[in-house]
Amino acid sequence: MSKTKDILLEPIASNNPIALQILGICSALAVTTSMKVAFVMCLALTIVSAFSNLFVSLIRHHIPNSIRIIVQMTIIASMVIMVDQVLKAVAYDISKQLSVFVGLIITNCIVMGRCEAFAMKNPPLPSFYDGIGNGLGYSVILMLLAFIRELFGAGKIWGVQVLPVSTEGGWYIANGMMLMPPSAFFLIGLFIWALRVWKTEQVEKPDFKITANSRKSEVA
Amino acid sequence: MANESVSKTFTVALTLCIVCAVVVSSAAVFLRPAQEANKLLDLKTNILASAGLLEEGVDVETQFEKISVKLVDMDTGRYTDAIDPAIYDQRKASADPALSVALSADDDIAKIKRRANYSKVYVVENELGLEKVILPIKGYGLWSTLYGFIALESDLKTVAGIGFYEHTETPGLGGEVDNPKWKSSWIGKQAYSGDSYVLKVIKGKVDPARGGAESKIDGLAGATLTTKGVDNLVRYWLGNQGFKPFIENLKTGEA
Repeated sequence: MSKTKDILLEPIASNNPIALQILGICSALAVTTSMKVAFVMCLALTIVSAFSNLFVSLIRHHIPNSIRIIVQMTIIASMVIMVDQVLKAVAYDISKQLSVFVGLIITNCIVMGRCEAFAMKNPPLPSFYDGIGNGLGYSVILMLLAFIRELFGAGKIWGVQVLPVSTEGGWYIANGMMLMPPSAFFLIGLFIWALRVWKTEQVEKPDFKITANSRKSEVA
Repeated sequence: MANESVSKTFTVALTLCIVCAVVVSSAAVFLRPAQEANKLLDLKTNILASAGLLEEGVDVETQFEKISVKLVDMDTGRYTDAIDPAIYDQRKASADPALSVALSADDDIAKIKRRANYSKVYVVENELGLEKVILPIKGYGLWSTLYGFIALESDLKTVAGIGFYEHTETPGLGGEVDNPKWKSSWIGKQAYSGDSYVLKVIKGKVDPARGGAESKIDGLAGATLTTKGVDNLVRYWLGNQGFKPFIENLKTGEA
């Protein structure tokens, strides 16, 4: 049972898809201006990732090596279209805000990466958990980003005004940059920094060392 | 049969394609009615909201019952029943050469390229007659075409409200066209003085002490191009090329 727990929880901090594997950055920049939208995106990605892992794993013994990537893509794409259609039918407002980004889950490296790296070599149930785990890892970062960006960019938490912004007569001058994609880059950078201070094993070894300058007298 | 053989590769690919295709297309077919109902509901909500008629907690469909949808011939400015408004797709018509006209560069201040010959209008009537008229507007901002509605009071010159239901302007800057406070600043402004169109979205803040403040609207800070786009598109749709002939006819009761 502890193995299941490991598969589920490891991607949250020790092997986070965004912070350590640096995957899925595109949507992390695009959909994190409000928490509600980010939450739906997280849910969509987790579902897609879990089920595409499951289905890929179910048929993994029958997938010819030569076409394995396109087989995975087909399964992922079908899952994404399903999610997109359901969203349009039940949560039209949010699907309008997510617009193209639900469709872009197809190209999200996390989903594809987990299919190729995990589901192709493991039984269905662990693969399913792995999909959920990685979805959770992605969600944690996205929700954190969305929380900070929505709070400082619009003065809101989950759509509820907490800091009265100046455009509506309050005292808080909204930080417009927080609503622009680059701010998510800075924030992700800071997260990665914080995470590596906490889990030092994630720090990469430098590619080369800079030696001290040599003195003139030492150079022949 | 070995996994890597040609026949197995084809079998797997074919089976997978068929299974996925069936799953995806049945999802699309089964969910279509719900999706279309949502789309329509969203549009109705936006129409009501732009005229300030939307009430929280009341069913949108019942609220929409007091609004009648009519079709206007843009050339004559009169109601027409050439096409049933319920099935008329204005966006498709704007792209169809048979149902629209190309605009010359001078006329096309809203940058919409083509204008449909017929346009839907939404009329709200009470016992005394006309209460409000809601007109669909569209035009180019900074990144995209903004689609929305502007509502006029029964005097046909006072703005009753404005709202955009589809655009992709920058959040926090041009996206502030959705800001409730900014939208409410339109309410009560005079679109016409006598016969001429006077409404203007200016750069910066309106000084209430100066003359003409009743026809000026604050521009959006940090969104010069969106502001200009909104100014242009409202001027277009309330001008001679847009709904002005219809408004004139409505005033004299000849629409």
